[in-house]
Amino acid sequence: MPSRIVIVGAGQAATQAATSLRAGGYDGHLVLLGNEGLLPYQRPPLSKAYLSGAMGLDRVVLKPMEAWIEDKVDVHLDAEVTALDRQAKSVTTRDGQTIGYDALILATGSRVRALACPGADLRGVHYLRSIADADGLGQDMQPGKRLVVIGGGYIGLEVAAVARKAGLEVVILEAAPRVLARVAPPVISDFFQTLHHDAGVTILTDVKVTAIEGADCVAGVALADSRTIPADLVLVGIGIIPNAELARAAGLKAEDGIETDVDARTSDPAIFAIGDCASRPLVHYGQRRGRLESVHNALEQAKLAAAAIMGLPRPVEETPWFWSDQYDIKLQIAGLSTGAAHSVVRGDPSQKRFAVFHLDADNRLLAVDAINAPPEFIVGKQVIARHGQLAPARLADMSVSMKEIGAGV
Amino acid sequence: MAKVTYIEHSGTEHVIEVPVGTTIMEGAVKNRVPGIDADCGGACACATCHVFVDAAWIEKTGKPGSMEESMLDFAEGVTPLSRLSCQISMTAELDGIVVRLPAAQH
Repeated sequence: MPSRIVIVGAGQAATQAATSLRAGGYDGHLVLLGNEGLLPYQRPPLSKAYLSGAMGLDRVVLKPMEAWIEDKVDVHLDAEVTALDRQAKSVTTRDGQTIGYDALILATGSRVRALACPGADLRGVHYLRSIADADGLGQDMQPGKRLVVIGGGYIGLEVAAVARKAGLEVVILEAAPRVLARVAPPVISDFFQTLHHDAGVTILTDVKVTAIEGADCVAGVALADSRTIPADLVLVGIGIIPNAELARAAGLKAEDGIETDVDARTSDPAIFAIGDCASRPLVHYGQRRGRLESVHNALEQAKLAAAAIMGLPRPVEETPWFWSDQYDIKLQIAGLSTGAAHSVVRGDPSQKRFAVFHLDADNRLLAVDAINAPPEFIVGKQVIARHGQLAPARLADMSVSMKEIGAGV
Repeated sequence: MAKVTYIEHSGTEHVIEVPVGTTIMEGAVKNRVPGIDADCGGACACATCHVFVDAAWIEKTGKPGSMEESMLDFAEGVTPLSRLSCQISMTAELDGIVVRLPAAQH
């Protein structure tokens, strides 16, 4: 058993790793190095209940300091790790502290992709990744203000929903022909476009942003078709970049994310990588690997790494899953639809309760997108983990319950 | 603050003072009560905070919403006393509530 385990990062993956190590009986020295000056917290509420004010900082924080002390975790919240020395088995922080490790867990997360156009650094241009980002955005989100959202992904759509409810005018700009183009099928994109349209949001697709205009503060967003969309504030949500530089500089394999095996172990057997920063084998999807930007992935990889370090049996890998809340709609996604041959819609989108099942050529279920439809999500998630096949006609038949559909698959 | 007694599947009891307005799930997670995973953090998206409310208290917790009911329907070992603890906000009326935890949430 390693006598000292160092965790770099203080997000959900880092927190779960510490929790799982202690729960699994690890009684050595456990160090957690964060760099946001805040106790580890949940990020999903930042674009939802925290931004709307429904949930305060105390509720977003995962555990109070006393719980960390009781768990005997040596928590440092202003320790930005700038170097990793694999020969010496140590990490060094910006203020020059060097900390040795026997096992190292990299939970360095990701950062926002920055907008690269003139005016991108004007006051009033926001991103959303941290509590500080959410606080800054929240301060500018006053009723009657004009918000332009650049990027029709989950962050953009969730912020648009909160802003609309708070009484702002909202325009969403999307470069692709539809919102959620990278992550959802057209029927789901259409559904969310209609939902936001009905809530009074303007969505412009197939548009290219060329500049943010304004003297010292945002006044508008200029498009390639020479239109300018007036704005008092801008939210940029155009994706994230894994924080893999530390690992890469130390010679670990890290192209798009730090590459790990099924146990979350990197190309160095003493170093693990978990959460947004890691590229992992996608166990339910053949020989593929990839990064999964989700809470489920952060928690699961943390548990895998903890078990591997302690020599405990590997936890069963679940179907990847994800959720999004917008207005009164809950989207739950299980699985990965890449490679699907066809899809089946179950239910009626106009009733705001339906699901899209993605099947391969042999009708094996790969993924399900469920709108206010927990049975479809839960049964779908179970069937995907079992690599089960489903008959399309039966799936589309609402007179057959999901329990019946899932039975025996 | 209002008191919640969490009884693990093993029988171990945890008596916790939980702030009014926060949920029974949060009271467990923030006080290291094992047996409530709450993967989604309280979004009613994952059904990993399943509890069995003591029969004497179930009426006072009110009725589950339709999303919760639908999620619970698929939880392991569900009974009429089952609730998702992220959907029960603590009130003064719930001071003293007793909840039992299932063997596993996954």
